[in-house]
Amino acid sequence: MTDPLLSVRDFSVVYDVDPPVRAVKNVTIDIRRGEIVGLAGESGSGKTTLAYGVQRLLKPPAVITGGSVVFHDADGSDIDLHALDAEQMRRFRWDKVSMVFQGAMNALNPVATIGAQLDDVFRVHRPGMSRTQRRDEVVQLLEIVKVGGERRRSYPHELSGGMRQRVMIAMALALRPQLMVMDEPTTALDVLVQREILKQISQLRHEFGFSVVFITHDLPLLLEISDRIAVMREGEIVELADAERLWTDPQHEYTRDLLRSFPRLTGERGVVVR
Amino acid sequence: MTTLEFRDVTKIYNLRGSGQLKALDEVSFTLSSHQTIGLVGQSGSGKSTIAKILTQLETPTRGEVLLDGAPIPRRGKGLRRYRQQLRMVFQDPFASLNPYHSIRHHVERPLRLDHVVPRDEVDAEVRRLLERVRLDPDAVMERRPHELSGGQRQRVAIARALASRPALLVADEPVSMLDVSIRLGVLNLLADLQREEGLGVLYITHDLATARHFSDEILVLNQGRVVESGPADDVILHPQDPYTRELRAASPDPEEFFRRRAAQTTGGAR
Repeated sequence: MTDPLLSVRDFSVVYDVDPPVRAVKNVTIDIRRGEIVGLAGESGSGKTTLAYGVQRLLKPPAVITGGSVVFHDADGSDIDLHALDAEQMRRFRWDKVSMVFQGAMNALNPVATIGAQLDDVFRVHRPGMSRTQRRDEVVQLLEIVKVGGERRRSYPHELSGGMRQRVMIAMALALRPQLMVMDEPTTALDVLVQREILKQISQLRHEFGFSVVFITHDLPLLLEISDRIAVMREGEIVELADAERLWTDPQHEYTRDLLRSFPRLTGERGVVVR
Repeated sequence: MTTLEFRDVTKIYNLRGSGQLKALDEVSFTLSSHQTIGLVGQSGSGKSTIAKILTQLETPTRGEVLLDGAPIPRRGKGLRRYRQQLRMVFQDPFASLNPYHSIRHHVERPLRLDHVVPRDEVDAEVRRLLERVRLDPDAVMERRPHELSGGQRQRVAIARALASRPALLVADEPVSMLDVSIRLGVLNLLADLQREEGLGVLYITHDLATARHFSDEILVLNQGRVVESGPADDVILHPQDPYTRELRAASPDPEEFFRRRAAQTTGGAR
């Protein structure tokens, strides 16, 4: 698993407001093929800005002020993301790198069936596919994420929060991308549903071999699902380590603070001073 | 000593069209001052229905809610007195404060409506309450909610809840919308206030870890029924009911996770 998929070098983003905010400062990180990297940090730490920035998904006043992002495609070619023009970028997105956005409740179109929304992905990115092929793919995707093909005629409001999140995962999986960026994919769900979705993500990863960048502030959860974890604060990665090392031997003071801020489910009592 | 008793409370909602939903099924528990009860369960388990009945936004289909042995008045002054005794802190501090009004207004209003202190002492009381939740009155009083952080807003909501000097507090997921690093601060504040003011707190959450650390007792709710209850450590560390076990197993627990992984190093799957 040392084969890099995405190389981010000295990447910086500034929000050009008055005074300018340096949201991401000279971040360097490699995402390896097939691994789950957790991106931890509080609101405002720059974790979402980083994840969106490498795919050039940011809007003004955000400005990428430096650094490079190179995607090492499975076919052997290297793609410099900052050198792509608009049309090349459009083709790249979702095909190579897809996203599961925060809050599945709001990410789906309420007036279109989920089947139609999945169909859209193929219509745009695989114009050569016939209607029947697209329908078969949609049904298969819904089966893979265990929503069930027959639900393709359902509207988002007819599904539970967990099912809607599965639909989002199906959509992200549609073009068999090599990297999936997941932004707080389970934060709005309760623990039982969250656990099922996490199991599913991990199964799909084994089956399809994609890498995952998993963004959340829930460090206990991240420790259990990630291969490596990057802890961000004020736009910088302050620590990057294997999940287990981060837990047993955190190096940075801030990582230790973060770990301390979670009451332990089974450990010593008294984190909450009573 | 104030005691609130839920006695065999059942709540049935009539669904649109036909059919009924039993949101609560013969739920019984007692919440007294000087005590924190954690109410845990997944979405749809009935947690919020309990909060709604406590605040008299809903009435039970069967069963009774008693305050110090007497039924809760349905309207008028009696209901108002009851609500003065029991206050809520809501989940979303962005939605529970009125964006149009100053922080002073939010804390002042219950003081005036419930005539907690004489009119000329209202200002001093607002300051006292804000200091109580560790906010600087001079810095926040004239501000409006959007100028404060989430944690500060939740502190304002707590100050407002305390204004009418209640005996009981219902906190419905009070920290789940806050950043991790400030969650503990707000929870510790609630724990301090609970102890110092002798409050009875009903802490509603789906987070087993904070429920365990913050509560004396825990009630586990599944599909409207209390499936397990008892001292916090017993329920979380030695769960008896299958549903509680399932909740416990689904909750992230890095300690246990790495211990188990170390124990099964034979394969070295990762």
